Amino acid sequence: MGSGPVGSGLAGSGLDFGRRVVVVRGASVSLRFGVRTAVVCGVLGLAALAVGVLALGTGEFEVPVGEVVRTLLGGEPGPARLVIVEWRLPRVLLSLLIGMALGLSGAVFQSLMRNPLGSPDVIGFNTGAYTGVLVTMMFVGRDYYQTAAGALAGGLLAAAVVYLLAYRKGVQGFRLIIVGIAVSAILGAANQWFVIKVNLQTAVAAAIWGQGSLNTLTWDQFLPVAVSVALPTALLVALGPRLSLLAMGDDAAAALGVRTERSRLAYLVIGVALTAVATAAAGPISFVALAVPQLARLLTRTAGIAMAPSAVTGALLLATSDWLAQRAFAPTQLPVGIVTVSLGGVYFAWLLAGHARSR
Amino acid sequence: MVSLRPQPLPKQPKQPKQTERQPAGGVAATNAGRSAWLAVCVALLAVACVLSIVIGTRNIAPGTVWNAFAHFTNTDDQVLVRELRVPRTALGLLVGAALGIAGALLQAVTRNPLADTQILGVNAGAGLFVVFAIGVLGLTGIWSYVWFAFLGSAVAMVLVYALGSAGSRGATPIQLTLAGVALGAVMEGVSAGIRLLKPRAFDYLRFWDVGTLAGRPLSIAGAVAPFVAAGLVLALAVARSLNAIALGDDLARSLGTNIARARALSMIAVTLLVGAATAAVGPIGFVGLMVPHAVRWVVGPDQRWIFAYTMVCAPVLLLAADVAGRVVIRPAELQAGIATAFVGAPVLIWLIRRRTVSGQ
Repeated sequence: MGSGPVGSGLAGSGLDFGRRVVVVRGASVSLRFGVRTAVVCGVLGLAALAVGVLALGTGEFEVPVGEVVRTLLGGEPGPARLVIVEWRLPRVLLSLLIGMALGLSGAVFQSLMRNPLGSPDVIGFNTGAYTGVLVTMMFVGRDYYQTAAGALAGGLLAAAVVYLLAYRKGVQGFRLIIVGIAVSAILGAANQWFVIKVNLQTAVAAAIWGQGSLNTLTWDQFLPVAVSVALPTALLVALGPRLSLLAMGDDAAAALGVRTERSRLAYLVIGVALTAVATAAAGPISFVALAVPQLARLLTRTAGIAMAPSAVTGALLLATSDWLAQRAFAPTQLPVGIVTVSLGGVYFAWLLAGHARSR
Repeated sequence: MVSLRPQPLPKQPKQPKQTERQPAGGVAATNAGRSAWLAVCVALLAVACVLSIVIGTRNIAPGTVWNAFAHFTNTDDQVLVRELRVPRTALGLLVGAALGIAGALLQAVTRNPLADTQILGVNAGAGLFVVFAIGVLGLTGIWSYVWFAFLGSAVAMVLVYALGSAGSRGATPIQLTLAGVALGAVMEGVSAGIRLLKPRAFDYLRFWDVGTLAGRPLSIAGAVAPFVAAGLVLALAVARSLNAIALGDDLARSLGTNIARARALSMIAVTLLVGAATAAVGPIGFVGLMVPHAVRWVVGPDQRWIFAYTMVCAPVLLLAADVAGRVVIRPAELQAGIATAFVGAPVLIWLIRRRTVSGQ
């Protein structure tokens, strides 16, 4: 792909868009992205890597940073290699992957709903997954794979029910939201009913799952999760800019040549798939999907929701939270969801306050 | 030769008929229609109150209810009416109206149909303070829940409003919403942490989390009633300003509305209403979200009508759900917080499916 003219605004047109933009033109594909967005993504990506290396080196068995890097690049077998590569690396990689999936799914849903409160919760996925887990724990068992299967089944079923109930000559965004709220409310009520009816042990186990935790993840889960995050992400890239057109409203998008109904279904499937992977692997870590797209928007100062920054921000947030969840009250291991909401929430509040002052 | 007689004017296009200009609301498009339907709703509320007193694990003849107040002879049924059913119904009325109006206010102020007390962090604040009272201070009695829940809602609302209105432009809807999300998340996280570390608190709280009208003495309704009343008066006072704010901040300002004052008063009203309701019965979420929506589809966008209908219809939903909860799994009971969603959500889905797509 050849690198094309570089300048501010559309190449050569002299229009000022208020931000610096780079356009790369290839034979069949061309890319246009803001300089600030690229820089923010780069910095956040490096920060996520740094957190990953830090997490690999700290714990009961401390390893200096230099040795961590040397081990990763292929050091000789030994205790350090066992701890870092076999025990800690899968968890760090999975936290990055799952964070990315959650950030992306949040961005997809918020663009689709045209609402900053839009999230996978809106379509009932997480509530349904929780119902699935409670039912599984009561009637089947509490094994990791049983729980994951219960979460997947419950979540997908809830999302399908919401979509079908909202379908009436097409799915209109507002109706989808309202039906989602109603179905979530019913499932949420059912969950509360289960929680007060089961014994305390099961209730606590469900509550811990409900906070989301990466404690049990090993290399066994890595490949399935990686593949099922990569597929929807690839599809998202392949669909190109349709989402930002849809976010302008159905009429505008249709006028610009987007088949709105079909695209919306595709994006819903992508968003639900990304959430489903994360939820099955680690439980519902809901705040990431809600906050990350807005965090990314405040950081990059883009006009709408942007995909790449949301993905990187999600990865960084979840990796940092997971490291803190392990280390903050060691040896007590907190569920990562608790750290995510506390850390993410405080940072979000601080960012909002700063944003307000600078206006 | 030109005729001096005036030419007949070209035919005017026909005025659109009165009915064509009415909003898509349908049933209640004129003020007369709205008043009539409001009367129907009030009648429904009366029916709901009677059912709530009469129906239960043990059904009671209407005559006994009358005698319980007119000729009290201390029979079991009369005591049941005076000590359990009437307080429960009174609480349902108060809390229903409070939650409904609070939801309508929040949706109007943030201009977001998803806004409710859950998402704006108020419930999280109440929950955190109750967790603190039980898990850290070791309190248990129902009165300690009440005041800690109230305090928690108030603190949460003040923090959200302070963060949401930081900066030169004051409280914009989007900033208020995001501030609620952020602070609500932090409080939710902290309280979840305390719960998981203290199993005893967890056990108490899983029951507090499910809002219920049962088992509250009349004195609790009496204690929160002044706050609810104050909140309702404030809400009605800002209704006209909220109509202007719905047009957008710029237009509202040019129409002479004091936006900052209207928002601040609305948030104070929300704090009073939600604080009182959550203190009395625990977090009941769905009423405040659903009723203002359903009402808006029927009466149109005028906040004064929305408030009037919400104030009547929200208690109808809550009382109906409470009665249904007593009947469906007799002799056990389904808590009002759970039954509300089961009763209300199907209605909401039915309404949104039959509504013709417009506007939003």
